[in-house]
Amino acid sequence: MPGFLKEYYKRNGTMMGSVMLGLVLFWTVGLIILPQLSMLDFSFRPNLPPPEIGGPKDIYTLENYKYLIFGPEGGGQDYNAVDLAVFYRTLVAAIFVTLFNLLLCYPIAYYLGQNKGNHIRIFALMLIIPYWINEILRAFALRIIFGETGVLNTLLVGTGIFDTPFDFIRNDIALYAGLGYAYILLMIFPIYNVIESLDHNQIEAARDLGAPWWRIHWRVVIPYAKPGISSGCTMVFMLSAGALAAPQILGGPSSLWFTQLIYQQFNDNSDWPQGAAYAIVLLVTCILLVLAVMRLFKVNMGDIGK
Amino acid sequence: MSAGVGVDLENLWIRFGDFVAVRDANVNIKGGDFFSFLGPSGCGKTTILRAVSGFLEPSEGNVLIGGNNMKGIGPNKRPTALIFQNLALFPLMKVWENITFSMEIAGASARDRRKRADELLDMIALSGQGDKLPSELSGGQRQRVAIARALCAEPDVLLLDEPLSALDLKLRQHMRTELREIQKRVGITFIYITHDQGEALTMSDDIAVMRAGVIDQIGDGKAIYNDPATAFAASFVGENNVFRGKVSKLSGNEALISTNRSGDLLARISTANHGKLKVGDDAMMFIRPEALSLATSGSTGDNFVTAKVTHEEFEGNTFNIFTEGDGGKEIKVSIPNLGQSFDDHTGQPITLEYEASNAVVVPAGELANE
Ligand SMILES: Nc1ncnc2c1ncn2[C@@H]1O[C@H](COP(=O)(O)OP(=O)(O)OP(=O)(O)O)[C@@H](O)[C@H]1O
Ligand SMILES: [Mg+2]
Repeated sequence: MPGFLKEYYKRNGTMMGSVMLGLVLFWTVGLIILPQLSMLDFSFRPNLPPPEIGGPKDIYTLENYKYLIFGPEGGGQDYNAVDLAVFYRTLVAAIFVTLFNLLLCYPIAYYLGQNKGNHIRIFALMLIIPYWINEILRAFALRIIFGETGVLNTLLVGTGIFDTPFDFIRNDIALYAGLGYAYILLMIFPIYNVIESLDHNQIEAARDLGAPWWRIHWRVVIPYAKPGISSGCTMVFMLSAGALAAPQILGGPSSLWFTQLIYQQFNDNSDWPQGAAYAIVLLVTCILLVLAVMRLFKVNMGDIGK
Repeated sequence: MSAGVGVDLENLWIRFGDFVAVRDANVNIKGGDFFSFLGPSGCGKTTILRAVSGFLEPSEGNVLIGGNNMKGIGPNKRPTALIFQNLALFPLMKVWENITFSMEIAGASARDRRKRADELLDMIALSGQGDKLPSELSGGQRQRVAIARALCAEPDVLLLDEPLSALDLKLRQHMRTELREIQKRVGITFIYITHDQGEALTMSDDIAVMRAGVIDQIGDGKAIYNDPATAFAASFVGENNVFRGKVSKLSGNEALISTNRSGDLLARISTANHGKLKVGDDAMMFIRPEALSLATSGSTGDNFVTAKVTHEEFEGNTFNIFTEGDGGKEIKVSIPNLGQSFDDHTGQPITLEYEASNAVVVPAGELANE
């Protein structure tokens, strides 16, 4: 038995230690790794009716991945332009939502982190309360605001700023607002957490040495907050790219989110292998993108948990 | 060397809500001086320093640097550099980047910064350590980096907020000498804050003694030590024995104080109180432990004190005798150890003798740590 296991058992006892270890293994292996592996397996098999599963036609194939790139065989196109466009647009939109969220949340996190007192606690509470309301309800509430006869349009037309109602939904503004709003906390809290531990004297020292406010942020605060910024950005990006409810409810009719395509494959077409292949392409692309960006900004994996 | 830039505080008041942190401070600090604010914790020292560096606007009054009123000028625009109590080095920047941060802000090239950093590292005896991170240095080395970082900004006035308080005793004493040498070399004005009277006395040209937002006395070390203006200054700076009583007779600048236990005692009135004491006033007389000695003949008079010895101790360089005193406080006598034999007096009455010129009278007032 390796040393750390021995130590672990000595600390927790054989019975308790085994139960806890078993639960953790069940959670990681049973609930996360195994289902994902079976998805991976699915994605390399053809979509067969149940009687043929395990039969001679059930062989490994790249068919499902080819479909995303080249479209249906004999479909008359060189590429699966529609699905690839949705894939590309989803990633770009998720990056945009992440950056927008960062710009919005950094000042808030900085303010919360560097000020003390009761009003800070009230602010934090006000940020949390919207999350008591479930996702669907929140999304539909945004429709009330952004809809054609919604609050915002009534206001804009009523005050004469616009002549006709603006279609926030068709122009994806409602979608971006919904996604941004949904993940604000996931961006604020990691950044707030690191900035709270930044010694205020460092900010004053930089100021005393002649730095204007933006250089203080650039040279002192942001480098210090980098681990928080990267965990916030990673979470918001991953969750935006993988969101389903918000695009379903707030997206315009023409703009599909890639997750909606995946959902259609699984649900409407009952084509699990195809859906699994799409989902895995999305997952792997997102992970690679995050790793590349972390490399670019010299963030270590170890810093992210901070 | 230039005369340096002076700092003046004119009728400076600083309030936090109803609380008065600094009350009507008037200080003139000469250019090129090493000036200390000395006072107990919470008396408003940091508050004054923050008003000079520009982090705090005074409620009333003015801060002048080099004769220019600093009202409305932010900390990044003042010719001051502040060394924080906890140093506040930038942990993610290398030592040389820390030191030349002000040059980076001013847009200097990396080559110029590197060169200047090397010069300053030589000066603080840390040559070749520029590529380390602050966390890789010892406490004393970090201290010196903070000084170099502040000096690199070429301030006219360097402000130091108890920069040695985090160091151990040995290092602290070493850094005192070093700070003083650096100040002489660069020739700029240093404003130093401390609650350690030893630090203030050894390093400063002039000292301001502060008590609860009020400046009690300004003067050089000798004046503060030998000629205190208030009971607080007398009891805060160095060890002192206090005798409470009433003024019973005045002659010139000497006063006779009548005490309950020790009878009439003669002493010199401190310079700041000349002409201010009247017969019948409550007064306090202070005598340093080293200014008292055992009377050779059993004489009595107005420069003799008789008291019973409570205990004795041997401190190496001195024998200390403690006797019952006026107002519940012990009287401490320090006798230099010159190798003489020393009798045990515990429980016996002894007669102590002093020179009237070594005893000083001030109006009765608040004592330090009462
Ligand atoms: N921002 C503030 N708001 C309210 N009161 C304050 C503020 N800053 C300081 N004070 C009060 O002013 C007084 C003086 O504080 P200051 O920090 O100047 O003390 P100090 O002499 O530097 O003490 P120390 O030696 O402990 O550092 C203290 O009683 C403190 O509580
Ligand atoms: Mg202080």
